[in-house]
Amino acid sequence: MSTIGYAKAGRRPRIGDYLRDAVLYLIIFIFFLPVLWIILTSIRPNMEINTRPPIWIPRELTLDSYKILLGWPTPEGAFGLGSNIPFGQYARNSIIIATVSTLFSLTFGTLAGYAFARFAFKGKNGLFLGMMLARAVPGIALSLPLFVLYARLGLSDSIPGMIITYVALNVPFTAWLMDGFFRAIPAELDEAALIDGCSRWSAFLRVDLPLALPGAAASGIFAFLTAWNEFALANVITRTPASRTFPPALYEFTGQFVSDWRGMCAMSVMMLIPAIIFVALVQRQLMTGLTSGAMKG
Amino acid sequence: MATISVTKSPARARAFEISADEAKRLPWLLLTPGLVALAVVVAFPMLYSFYLSFTNYDLTRPTTEFIGLQNYIKLFSNATFWQAFGRTVLFMTLAVNLEFLIGLAIAQLMAKALLGRGLLRTVLMMPMMFAPVLVGFQFKWFFNDQVGLVNNLLYTLTGEPHIIPWLVQVPLGFISILVAEIWMGTPFMVIILEAGILSLPTEPFEAAEVDGASGWQKFRHLTFPMIGPFIYTAMAIRSLDLARVYDVVSIMTGGGPGTRTELIWTYVYRLAFTGHDYATGSAMSYVTVVVSFLFTFFLFRNVIRSRWEGRE
Repeated sequence: MSTIGYAKAGRRPRIGDYLRDAVLYLIIFIFFLPVLWIILTSIRPNMEINTRPPIWIPRELTLDSYKILLGWPTPEGAFGLGSNIPFGQYARNSIIIATVSTLFSLTFGTLAGYAFARFAFKGKNGLFLGMMLARAVPGIALSLPLFVLYARLGLSDSIPGMIITYVALNVPFTAWLMDGFFRAIPAELDEAALIDGCSRWSAFLRVDLPLALPGAAASGIFAFLTAWNEFALANVITRTPASRTFPPALYEFTGQFVSDWRGMCAMSVMMLIPAIIFVALVQRQLMTGLTSGAMKG
Repeated sequence: MATISVTKSPARARAFEISADEAKRLPWLLLTPGLVALAVVVAFPMLYSFYLSFTNYDLTRPTTEFIGLQNYIKLFSNATFWQAFGRTVLFMTLAVNLEFLIGLAIAQLMAKALLGRGLLRTVLMMPMMFAPVLVGFQFKWFFNDQVGLVNNLLYTLTGEPHIIPWLVQVPLGFISILVAEIWMGTPFMVIILEAGILSLPTEPFEAAEVDGASGWQKFRHLTFPMIGPFIYTAMAIRSLDLARVYDVVSIMTGGGPGTRTELIWTYVYRLAFTGHDYATGSAMSYVTVVVSFLFTFFLFRNVIRSRWEGRE
């Protein structure tokens, strides 16, 4: 990205600039500390985690918690709590639900965003506002009626049911972002394509869509993270490992009096890996997309 | 067949000559898939719980009767509800403003960083990648009185054991939740605000440089006013998210002990699912959602105005 002109007006970095960077690294390290602590906890023996006085520097590192999650043999056998967690099943459900729902929300949201950006039609403002209102409704308020409805439709405890749910949760924000990205594309480009004999549809596919792709990447991050991490509805809709995703599965590490922090941390790290890879891959497009004007007004 | 132009520019009007029918139908066609999903997952459940809020519905009772406004009357005299309501507003206000201030500072530093910006951004976005339930569990454990990270740090730093009940004492529980929420929400602010700063044109800054403006003056008179729309968007979205806050609180304290850290949605959950009073819970969701709607309306009215009105 080359929008860095703001930072340096062509001068050489001074000591002050390095000091400023040092402050930034420190702040980001503080934000990173909990993540570091979770990773560390996942590879320490349980003994070290629950001692007083605390042991800061690990004396022993072990990958046992991960082996247990993946069903490999370990000296301990299984977790004290939440033993026999069907990790593979949860991973499969989470990956399918998050990926497929992201693709659908992107498609639906892009179409809706295009409608908002390029057409004037009756009820447009009301509809846009209505979509934003849908975002103001929390999962808790929807959970029981949705549970009743899905039971009738045969969608409860099913992967399609979860996908529909997350598509609906993500469409408003995606549509909003995509509207901004489409409006940032000069309409003259469309126009030129139409004059050259493109149909409206192929102008959309060949001109607008490719230019809006960084925006789609940005929207994709938000949609994926919502679907990957949502809890309140997943907790109600998924009753068994057939469709249960990671967030409600975290509860299986807690008991009334004790919790298996190490096991939970191991699963947390496993949950974070796909998200980190995804974000690392598209963060550049995210910034390009967001700077291109989607957020202005 | 009559033709209409979709936009005001004459050149475009010619290019976009499509039939009036098509111009009316096409946007709705494009919107249909999204709207269908929203109708099933949001609109129907909301209508259904609106109906339930006028009944004595209970998961464990076989019959449901229509009882009119009784649930709403009950709610207006329910002190716990209004305390939770007030606490939620306070929580939202504190969280969104603190996140904004911290986020703006980090965004400003990020935009000027000399190297490693991509890596820094990925690391900083990690809290955004955490499931809110996960944040709840982790911070509950960090603030644990016996083996939590925070008390352990105090133990090591002072040399004596401190068993501070972070999640139990009156202001501490609220503060602990606030810390968790700020940790989780600030990166979003940073991303949007940094995007704002990076999108600024360079010329005004060069001119200011020539005039010998200080860093603070440039920030105060150029950066800050110019990223206004980004600030507005970031704060509006975070406010909406914070108004729905549930996962983190429900896990860290469950609204307790007693009702000391009760926020609206933990209280609704307690009443509806734990207390089997789903109907009153629905009434409460409704009142809250209507308030959030009004709030959203005021927030987004400006967005809508600046987006399309006066341009068509």
